[in-house]
Amino acid sequence: MDVQLLTFIIIGASFALYIGIAIWARAGSTNEFYVAGGGVPPVMNGMATAADWMSAASFISMAGLISFMGYDGAVYLMGWTGGYVLLALCLAPYLRKFGKFTVPDFIGDRYYSQTARTVAVFCAIFVCFTYVAGQMRGVGVVFSRFLEVDIVAGVIIGMAIVFFYTVLGGMKGITYTQVAQYCVLIFAYLVPAVFISIMITGHFLPQTGFGATLADGSGMYLLEKLDQLSLELGFNEYTSGTKSTIDVFFITFALMVGTAGLPHVIVRFFTVPKVRDARKSAGWALVFIAILYTTAPSLAAFARTNMIGTINGPDMTGTSYAEAPAWIKNWEKTGLITFEDKNGDGKMFYSGDDRNEMKVDRDIMVLANPEIANLPAWVIALVAAGGVAAALSTSAGLLLVISTSVSHDLLKRNFMPNITDKAELFYARLAAAIAIIIAGYFGINPPGFVAQVVAFAFGLAASSFFPAIIMGIFSKRMNNKGAIAGMICGIAFTAAYIIYFKFINPAANIPDNWLFGVSPEGIGTMGMIVNFVVAYLVFKATDEAPEDIQELVESIRYPKGSGEASAH
Amino acid sequence: MAFRSEEDKKAYWKENLSLLVKLLIIWFVVSFGAGILFADVLNNIQFFGFKLGFWFAQQGAIYVFVVLIFVYMARMNALDKKYGVDEE
Repeated sequence: MDVQLLTFIIIGASFALYIGIAIWARAGSTNEFYVAGGGVPPVMNGMATAADWMSAASFISMAGLISFMGYDGAVYLMGWTGGYVLLALCLAPYLRKFGKFTVPDFIGDRYYSQTARTVAVFCAIFVCFTYVAGQMRGVGVVFSRFLEVDIVAGVIIGMAIVFFYTVLGGMKGITYTQVAQYCVLIFAYLVPAVFISIMITGHFLPQTGFGATLADGSGMYLLEKLDQLSLELGFNEYTSGTKSTIDVFFITFALMVGTAGLPHVIVRFFTVPKVRDARKSAGWALVFIAILYTTAPSLAAFARTNMIGTINGPDMTGTSYAEAPAWIKNWEKTGLITFEDKNGDGKMFYSGDDRNEMKVDRDIMVLANPEIANLPAWVIALVAAGGVAAALSTSAGLLLVISTSVSHDLLKRNFMPNITDKAELFYARLAAAIAIIIAGYFGINPPGFVAQVVAFAFGLAASSFFPAIIMGIFSKRMNNKGAIAGMICGIAFTAAYIIYFKFINPAANIPDNWLFGVSPEGIGTMGMIVNFVVAYLVFKATDEAPEDIQELVESIRYPKGSGEASAH
Repeated sequence: MAFRSEEDKKAYWKENLSLLVKLLIIWFVVSFGAGILFADVLNNIQFFGFKLGFWFAQQGAIYVFVVLIFVYMARMNALDKKYGVDEE
């Protein structure tokens, strides 16, 4: 059977599964729609959180990015996992005890202020939309490459599926679908990684193959070989990076804190029955994430070794273009690999200096890996289904936060407090439907700045939500004025820095011009510090939080008496 | 009140914070310390086929993160029981 037919069958089967789950897990109340009735077992919630968290970017792009960045790729690996430690230790259990539906709920109640709630709602909506546009695009790209349908058709199919299970099932439908999606995506990620690890190093586990000797009989370690190759070809050593230490530090911190402050991640911990389950669930989420995140850097190193070997040939003089393997020709058609025979010898050569004749897009590494390693067609089809699962699961989680923010935080808690549960549920579904259409529009007509706004989403979460929530839990007396001033200053500082370097004056975006050598990707860390400092100063100059709020804070600090998540 | 006394409440929170600080120090040391600030120094040490600093940055820190959360979970559940504020 050819790859395309197999891909149709495997993706079709996975879609049938998702729809089946959606019908089985319909939501009947706002409680089920927002937090799955608060009855999700912790291990399952961990799995759903992992699928929610790992997006098309994690699945498709991350290993490729690392294979081109070498050591510097660690900012993503540590940044996107270390945040879970903060979540588990400093946020999740307390927010679960607090027992409401959304992050703006907590901010609004803890800081006894509609202004704070509204600021939080708009941050949440903005962060989610920046994210979701990229996901829909991911679905479109996978469809168009593997099924050779139009990107527009691909996006519309993706929208239809997400629409079906989000609007029907809400959080309950999403959670159980995400469990299935996690299984699909992790299987799809591990199968080629294990095959390639065995081929290159003879190790079954990519994690140990990463540090093993090559199976070619040379007795050389994989990383030693890669370092040596990189230097010969005019790149930096693979195991040492090009970014400054301070920048790596700040970016990693911003990604960690941003992860812990992202509303679609936090809200997952409202869905478990108890406080102790919130702790457990965060642990399992990280286990499931770590399986992919420790495989990715191994895959990155294997892919790079393989790619250089194939293009430059065993004797490092180049492979004749006429004899190039099929994958090079296939990806050349998409424009993601280009070859320009500069020295006219008919041979391809890849390097980091002026001998280079190849342009290789980093996004293709994961998708092309099975072809590079000559794996069977069903593995290629599986990887396509995994990419779609990753994009769909993350989109659904984000869309739910958007719909909850509108129906619950804006309508129920602001404009229409007397609305019935049934009407609120209707508005939640309506908001989800509208959000999907807007997300689809961005997927079809992607704004040119999708890549840039990801830094924005993390910077914003790091400089607004994270400090506000931490102070709300760990300081009883922090007041509304301090928190609001902190959030506004933190966001304003971070947004101004990113907008200046990314949009207004991109030409100036070089290390010499950066504040303390920190790039826009890492500035969220500084924004977080600004938030804390401003909040503290304003708090010192104003009255402390009222008595009833201080009692509320005390009551979320121990688990006893946690009920189901509820509106009041 | 859920606690037997005001002293209990204070002691519970204090023990919680001290556990939190200890674990966050480890969190910081393995990632920002071993993986970033001291990576160059540690890279002089060979760990199987890895340079040690590189290993912490791309593998080791993540394993430690997972362990930290489960240690926290176990210690906090025990603490809740000790002070009678668990959910059973």
